[in-house]
Amino acid sequence: MTYEERLQNVSVLGAAGKMGSGILLLTAVEMADLSLKPENKNKTFVLNAIDIDPAGLSGLMKYLRAQIRKIAEKKTVWLRKAYADREDLVENFDIIDEYIFDVLNVIRPGTAMEAAYKSNLIFEAVSENRALKVKLLRQIDENNENKPWYFTNTSSVPINLIEKEAGLEGRVLGFHFYNPPAVQKLVELITTEKTSEEAVSFAKEYARNLRKIIVPSNDHAGFIGNGHFMRDALHGLKEAEALAAEKNIPLHEAIYIINKVTQDYLVRPMGIFQLIDYVGIDVVQFILNVMDPFNPDEGLHHHLLDKMMEQGVKGGQYSSGAQKDGFLKYEKGRIVGIWDMDKQEYVDVEKFKGKCDEMMGSLPESRLSWKSIIRDKNKDDKLKKFFDDLKASNDLGAVLAIKYGKRSKEIGEKLVSDNVAAEVDHVNTVMLTGFYHAYGPVNNYFD
Amino acid sequence: MTAGYNTISLGTGRKEFNPKKPRPGIEHYISEAGKGVLEKIGGADNVDESVIGNFMAARFNKQANLPGFVPMIDEKLQWKPATSVEGACGSGGLSLMYGLRSVLAETADVVLTMGVEVQNTVKAIYGADILAGAGWYQKRKNGHAYFFPGQFSDRAGAYYEKYGFDRARKGMARWYANAIENARLDPTAQEHHNSNPDPYGTALKMKPNGAAFVDHLTVLDCSKVSDGASGIAICSEEGLARIGVDKKDAVEVMGWGQVIRNITNDPPDLVELTTIKKAAHEAMESAGVTIDQIGTIETHDCFSIAGILAVEGLGLAKRGEGADWVAEGNTSRDGYMPMNTTGGLIGWGHPTGATGVHQAVTIWQQLTGKAGDAQINISDDRPYGMTINMGGDDVTVVAVVYKRG
Repeated sequence: MTYEERLQNVSVLGAAGKMGSGILLLTAVEMADLSLKPENKNKTFVLNAIDIDPAGLSGLMKYLRAQIRKIAEKKTVWLRKAYADREDLVENFDIIDEYIFDVLNVIRPGTAMEAAYKSNLIFEAVSENRALKVKLLRQIDENNENKPWYFTNTSSVPINLIEKEAGLEGRVLGFHFYNPPAVQKLVELITTEKTSEEAVSFAKEYARNLRKIIVPSNDHAGFIGNGHFMRDALHGLKEAEALAAEKNIPLHEAIYIINKVTQDYLVRPMGIFQLIDYVGIDVVQFILNVMDPFNPDEGLHHHLLDKMMEQGVKGGQYSSGAQKDGFLKYEKGRIVGIWDMDKQEYVDVEKFKGKCDEMMGSLPESRLSWKSIIRDKNKDDKLKKFFDDLKASNDLGAVLAIKYGKRSKEIGEKLVSDNVAAEVDHVNTVMLTGFYHAYGPVNNYFD
Repeated sequence: MTAGYNTISLGTGRKEFNPKKPRPGIEHYISEAGKGVLEKIGGADNVDESVIGNFMAARFNKQANLPGFVPMIDEKLQWKPATSVEGACGSGGLSLMYGLRSVLAETADVVLTMGVEVQNTVKAIYGADILAGAGWYQKRKNGHAYFFPGQFSDRAGAYYEKYGFDRARKGMARWYANAIENARLDPTAQEHHNSNPDPYGTALKMKPNGAAFVDHLTVLDCSKVSDGASGIAICSEEGLARIGVDKKDAVEVMGWGQVIRNITNDPPDLVELTTIKKAAHEAMESAGVTIDQIGTIETHDCFSIAGILAVEGLGLAKRGEGADWVAEGNTSRDGYMPMNTTGGLIGWGHPTGATGVHQAVTIWQQLTGKAGDAQINISDDRPYGMTINMGGDDVTVVAVVYKRG
């Protein structure tokens, strides 16, 4: 089966979800672009958008229309060539509209799983629940005569378990997009011992056409991305608790401090608690639960996450993409409060910000913002100067930051020694491209 | 002509421009420019009639019948004549011609002459469709996504091939740098806030990339998308006396050339702006002046290559040597022939239908010593100025020669 033939009938499971909708968008665009090639003009391309939530599917179509327009506006020069034979399409406006229709026309939204029974390729992006994933894939495979390939977007479940439990020998691989898939460049590719070479080379070609960067990860629960992020998050939680006890301050103030250390001092796009909220406290807890049994010595678990869940504060995002409140409370993207677990209410940041900032001490003159440094050609020199200045300081913020940076490096190195990542570069690439860090965790800045 | 007024040219580059926030509409610009002129000429009572140059409000703003907006400037303009004229990016020049003819026909002594365009209502990729109306629609299908940059990219490509890429790019980079440096001196210019310490270096370094834009031009070779309006009063001697403006605060129109080319034909020569050449020479001839008597020129540099080709069309440099002449600094503000001294279309901005009027305002400012920080020295032996306004690809051209009053 050629690349085009494989993509003539595809299904996305969980298509209305955060990850599924992005995978659907990118795949629909790729399929529509194939359909516009002269040699494919008489072929039909079908992309089933399957989700249990009808309302979600309706919202999905609106999301897609807006996103496809943006994509079309950026490639109008190419589109004019693709539609050169259509005399009726003259202006950019006409051509972009037609393209939006042609991409949407590939998509068949629906709630019935049966739609996937004729597909050659199935993207799985349902919730991070191993039993559910196995059940759905098994059901499809028992009813699909094409012996389809399954690309699962799981960020934590070992692929070999899905393969074995769903009976998909050699036909499943991990194709893990980062959130949001339409923007993030990274895809983690995870194969099992049995995954067919043909599926892997298809996956690589597909990723290349989507302009994604592939990083191979070994088949260990959590892979590289969550392997690092989860342990980094646990360090943040532990540090916050320890800081509260040591300085005798309320936990929410310690959370404020650690979040600030991880953002401003470590020059990251967001602080660790904001990142946990962004991913969703529930999702973080879920992923840890998946990873924990495979790493029994580490205790991949934290009682503060359980407590937040018990209190019903989960973070995550609204379907509009706006951030829900979690450890932190947000207003127009700004952090305005921190959750107080004792009183079960948000405390206004302004009430303790001054006190906490004073405890932390001021950032050195060489301070850098993530936004300004991310594309800076002299990034390495500037970061080195800044972190050297931090090392020379005894201020609380600086001390916590250096400790955090060291721990982050340790986590990265352990991923290599545990054989999750084949090399240090893979860990750094994942954090640079999947998490938009300005520098990889395995570095010499904090030594 | 007297009492010129420019709104700011709003678009990317201006600090107050935010594409996500609501912006003033076409009504605001007409009103601001009109009021700006009326204030200097003793109010609307003194105006006999009005004219507005505009290209595509019907599509950018879904609005036609612009004469109806004139009384919004001042209710005393109601029940008086008003007209709108269109000749693509040459609409402003046609507006000037309308005012001049009306005064010469003695049907008016004071004409409120304006131009306006508000283009940031759509994204550039759709704006390109609208602006393509300046060409022949039957050729749109085979044109570039960015239709007009595509047309002038072809001209630039022909120029590179005939006269050498590096030479041409040096001249075009200098043209861009002049535009930015001049625009910084005019607070209404779109590039007024541009703080790049080395615009020449930036422009020279940037290479055209056909995959992302057009084959032979970079974005710095192009004027930007602008919202703006300009106004000026065109008066007879009696009109000038009526509004109480001294002759030294006005410029005298000495002659003009108004020439069009058949839009359904391809340009006869890609490395010559034939219509501009004819119009400019007619203007000088009718004014009885030669190029060496002219102290400053505003020319229609919708693209840097159009600036270079205008230099050649004017006879300032031989064919194929315009780029060198510009690169040597001859068109810079302290050069032999300062051109586009408030930034031109690339630096000041290009609110298409307003541009022809904006050019007249700049010449009026320079010849009467009202150009502020952008003021250049006008010597007594070269007291003339000229504007050249072009619609489409060298299709609808108006050139006017002015003398200080």
